Amino acid sequence: MSVEPRIRQFLLNNYLFTDDDAALGNDDSLLQKGVVDSTGMMELIAFLEEQFAIRIADEEMVPDNLDSVNNIVAFLARKQPANDAQAGA
Amino acid sequence: MCAITGVLNLLGAPVAAQRLMDMVASVRHRGPDGTGFHIEGPIGLGHARLAVIDLAGGAQPIHNETRTVWVVFNGEIFNYLELRAELEARGHTFYTQSDTEVLVHLYEDYGRDFVQRLNGQFAIALWDAEARRLLLVRDRVGIAPLFYHASPAELLFGSEIKALLAAGVQARPHLAAIDQIFTWWAPLAPDTAFEGIHELPPGEWLEADARGVRTGKYWDFDYPAPGDYSAVPEGSLAEQLRSLLTDAVRIRLRADVPVGAYLSGGLDSSVIASLINQHTDVSLCTFSIGFESAGLDETPYQQAVVDDLGTRHARMDCVSGTIADALADTIWHSETPVLRTAPVPMRLLSGFARANGFRVVLTGEGSDEVFGGYDIFKEAKVRRFWAAQPDSTWRPLLLRRLYPYLDITTQGQGYVRSFFGQGLGDVDAFAFSHLPRWHTTALCKQFFAAELQSALAALPPAEVRLAASLPATFARWHPLNRAQYLEAKLLLPGYLLSSQGDRMLMANGVEGRFPYLDHRVIEFAATLPPRLKLRVLREKYLLKRAMAERLPAAVLARPKQPYRAPDIAAFVAARPECLDLMSPATLRDYGYFDVAKVGHLVRKALSGRVIGQRDNMAFVGILTTQIWHHRFIANPLRLQHRVDPSMSQGNMPCRLNLA
Repeated sequence: MSVEPRIRQFLLNNYLFTDDDAALGNDDSLLQKGVVDSTGMMELIAFLEEQFAIRIADEEMVPDNLDSVNNIVAFLARKQPANDAQAGA
Repeated sequence: MCAITGVLNLLGAPVAAQRLMDMVASVRHRGPDGTGFHIEGPIGLGHARLAVIDLAGGAQPIHNETRTVWVVFNGEIFNYLELRAELEARGHTFYTQSDTEVLVHLYEDYGRDFVQRLNGQFAIALWDAEARRLLLVRDRVGIAPLFYHASPAELLFGSEIKALLAAGVQARPHLAAIDQIFTWWAPLAPDTAFEGIHELPPGEWLEADARGVRTGKYWDFDYPAPGDYSAVPEGSLAEQLRSLLTDAVRIRLRADVPVGAYLSGGLDSSVIASLINQHTDVSLCTFSIGFESAGLDETPYQQAVVDDLGTRHARMDCVSGTIADALADTIWHSETPVLRTAPVPMRLLSGFARANGFRVVLTGEGSDEVFGGYDIFKEAKVRRFWAAQPDSTWRPLLLRRLYPYLDITTQGQGYVRSFFGQGLGDVDAFAFSHLPRWHTTALCKQFFAAELQSALAALPPAEVRLAASLPATFARWHPLNRAQYLEAKLLLPGYLLSSQGDRMLMANGVEGRFPYLDHRVIEFAATLPPRLKLRVLREKYLLKRAMAERLPAAVLARPKQPYRAPDIAAFVAARPECLDLMSPATLRDYGYFDVAKVGHLVRKALSGRVIGQRDNMAFVGILTTQIWHHRFIANPLRLQHRVDPSMSQGNMPCRLNLA
């Protein structure tokens, strides 16, 4: 599975508790829509670090990187351009 | 405390004795020491007794000299000795040594206003045979419970909802109240989770006679207009507070059985323990809970107080499996879904105290409401300060003083703005202080089934009813006082004193007493300038100043820790089988929740990943709603036992007065 559907599935199943794809737009703000709260943000960070074998520094934990599906996908692409293929391994 | 029950046939039909006995039998856990009844035509009063004062002679119902006024009563009148002296001086004669008997004589002298003379915690049912009128009264803040069901034919009442169900009232869910629980943690009185069953709100009375049923308020939390606060110097106020609290504790030690105290390790219960120790010759026994998780456990602080005061201390260690095992019976006692497991250890603790020989304990409940201790008060203060400069980047950072975990990530700014910034534009909204909390809790409602969501959407919003219930002066009060009022009306009676208080204590026949909720303390604290409660962001300022020299430094300096128990972790780790009631078939059958969404939540819980507050609340709320429905609605009340009127309980005879 490529990055975007995995992110979407995680967010849908774990924060919106649904399989309904229409429940979340790729540009929807996770914070403003109330999808994640502060502990939810920690869950998300733990998921990204584990699933994509990356480390997210404190200064990277900003809405520009994490506040929507598109932001997360773009952030991951910047974060691991070389080893995208091993994601999910 | 005890249990009271009763029936008034408004059309005049005689009361059936067996029905009244069934009602008492259903709440017998509250009063294991004896039962008593008074039946006189259309009125039936029932009582299950927990003997605390006048063990030999205090059986109820109690009557006046001419047997025209009869009372059953749950609770304690702490100033009964002073009231008795006054009544005797006016010529009243007493036939018991109990606190109950002052009620009938006070009623003779003052009518319905007699309640203004009482210092105590009480649910009273009083039959005036000459006026053929029943009067129900509940204490000012909601310590003693009192529920009723009214129809054109009859009024039924009881200390617990079980008594009404035992009398034949059908158990049906009150969906609007379920909605309120998933917003405020508790329904707003008089609503309960059951349709057609009401609680008499704290500070109110109810009269019933042939003309019908009427209710009214005799007391409420009240605060001065800004500028009208007490102008007494701070040092004198601290001295006044110390002597007031000392007296509140002193009269709460009146009992003919040993009195113990709960010790959390926090400021409030430590103050109480210290006052008992320093101002009485009672050798104090204290009780506490320990948890496995270091994040929840307060044992080291409890030990510091025990070492300082030299109390005889007993600690009950609560492990996760115990909480899972005890949850279903806890909901049987709470009679309402809850969003936290915290009531469970409180029920186990009362059992522990009882097993150690205690049936009365003093606790620190109420201090945070009265003296301004909660984080939500500070949070509202920071948000108000921030609202004055909404674009400020550093003002909201003050929230990190309250919630250090916001420092964990620099996502704080984005999160802080979106969460705590809710309602920032409307600082005059009545619920400004509480909006973020209510909004977070209400997110649990995403799990409601579509049918329930549409049924609720057709109802007027609960906030509208809450706003309409506020006193006329509310909008003129200082913002801190407004937030205190909301706490005092919702969480305090609806959850802390009931689901986590009375019901958990009385499940094991233990009475709680709450010195901070002495109405003299409440009324004194209400007149204090807000800066003597919340000094900048330091909570309970005057209380700390008044008690500083009498407490261990570690307790005084300790950051406030809310009492909490393990939630999801307790179930997932220890007892996955307790999730049976969250199975798709049962969820579908009961109809409250969306099967697919709950399935995702359960899988998330079982995954062992980090679970946030929001999911914990939703999980416990869903599980306890399912348990509640299972116990009360899907399987209607079956009486475990009936009271045999010829049976005697030791030296507490079961009495049946048939007038």
